[in-house]
Amino acid sequence: MNKIKICLYFPPNKVTVPLSYHLIKNFDLQLNILHADIDLAKTGKLIMDVLGEKKNIEKGLKFIEQQGIKYKIFNKTIIWQEDKCIHCGACTAVCPSGALKLGTIDCMLTFDKEECLVCELCIKSCPLNVMSVAF
Amino acid sequence: MIKKSFEEINEKIKKGKAVIVTADEIIDLVAEKGIKKAAQEVDVVTTATFGPMCSSGAFLNFGHSDPPIKMSKVWLNDVPAYAGIAAVDAYIGATELSETKGMEYGGAHVIEDLIKGKNVKLHAKSYGTDCYPLKEITTFINKKNINQAFLFNPRNAYQNYAAATNSSDKTLYTYMGTLLPDYGNVTYSTSGQLSPLLNDPEYRTIGIGTRIFIGGAQGYVAWEGTQHNPEQNRGTNKVPIGAAGTLTLIGDLKQMNTNFIRAAVYEKYGISIFIGIGIPIPILDEDILEKTAIKDSQIFTNVYDYSVQSRKRPAIRSVSYEELRSGTIKLNNKKVSTAPLSSLKVAREIAQILKKQIAKGDFVLTQPVAHLPLKNKMNTLDIRGGKDE
Repeated sequence: MNKIKICLYFPPNKVTVPLSYHLIKNFDLQLNILHADIDLAKTGKLIMDVLGEKKNIEKGLKFIEQQGIKYKIFNKTIIWQEDKCIHCGACTAVCPSGALKLGTIDCMLTFDKEECLVCELCIKSCPLNVMSVAF
Repeated sequence: MIKKSFEEINEKIKKGKAVIVTADEIIDLVAEKGIKKAAQEVDVVTTATFGPMCSSGAFLNFGHSDPPIKMSKVWLNDVPAYAGIAAVDAYIGATELSETKGMEYGGAHVIEDLIKGKNVKLHAKSYGTDCYPLKEITTFINKKNINQAFLFNPRNAYQNYAAATNSSDKTLYTYMGTLLPDYGNVTYSTSGQLSPLLNDPEYRTIGIGTRIFIGGAQGYVAWEGTQHNPEQNRGTNKVPIGAAGTLTLIGDLKQMNTNFIRAAVYEKYGISIFIGIGIPIPILDEDILEKTAIKDSQIFTNVYDYSVQSRKRPAIRSVSYEELRSGTIKLNNKKVSTAPLSSLKVAREIAQILKKQIAKGDFVLTQPVAHLPLKNKMNTLDIRGGKDE
């Protein structure tokens, strides 16, 4: 089984396509939607993890393309230099997915890579420059 | 009524018999034992904060070169320092930007590099005098080969501060961090119930001459801070509900530790510096103890709309720090995420360290030589016309 994280960009006339249904049914892919910003008659953005056999993922991506929907595979990850972090919480102000969280009791920062959308907003919002992106 | 003096408390510290708790710990203790019993038992409550405090900087004395120079312009790692003080003294302000790296590096980074023991490039220019003939010098300094190096921070430890949000359709880059459009988030900066001046709201024990923990070293309260605003509106518990008292702090840079003082860059805003401050509060009577038992739920601030580019920003709502710490608050019937800018984790470490230092007798309390003012009118800077207006 392979896993990739992708961002789909729906043009205005494609937001009604039941894409996830076909990806699951026809290609046996497991989808985990991480972030969705879709509005009828507007462009849409969908970020998700896709889990499945390598050849099925490839077929699924081809299918997405055939529907006129563009996609980007995330091949980057956010690196958190925990030893240099002071746990101030400034990054949590901009993190859209909640991957970066401050504990309510211990007030320590935690970073869940699985939840991360690699939007990179945390990199610049960190006053101590302890967040970076790796390819 | 319990009454203790500084001398009595210091005597107990010297004998290793003083009872010291943090401003977090005192809350449960008072809930369990009541104010009177807690005031009898506890001698010192430690408070702390570790937040970005722009109004900070360091005085440095470089020693004299041969031939000597009367430095009139000084740069440290390409960051301008103020040199209009005698011949080889300079003040490096935390927020000053590098002339070569811009917002990537500034005065706060120079201070951090000096504390780490790194070499820093000193470049200075002069007009030359008969007694100071040298007109230019470039050399390297570090904390071992210069004379005095002490932080002198005109405005630290704000007693309370506004929370920030953004009603506009653009992201705002501010000293309150990145504010997302359409009320996308709320930021705030305090250690709340652990914060020094929120535990001594009327400055009964924290005053000029108070010994403090600053950046890992021992330092002192030198004066009221700039923009000290004791007349801010206060709640029934006497705690201000917005920016109020401030402190001017002094401490030996050479003794500091970068675990408790760190340079910071706020995107498209500029440079600041996290300063770790710990202040002990001697429990001289029950009133002082009661004030230290304050909880986040009893401390309030206002949320301001930072998209209004005026000093008269409208307050959107009043909010307690307990609500802000919960991670979300309601703004205009919308659930909005909240995020702190000040590290409560490190503030708690400082309060514990200070507790241990006092318990070991390494940190003795000082009685203020003068109190901070409770009256002070805040002026504004207006565009004025004639010279005598």
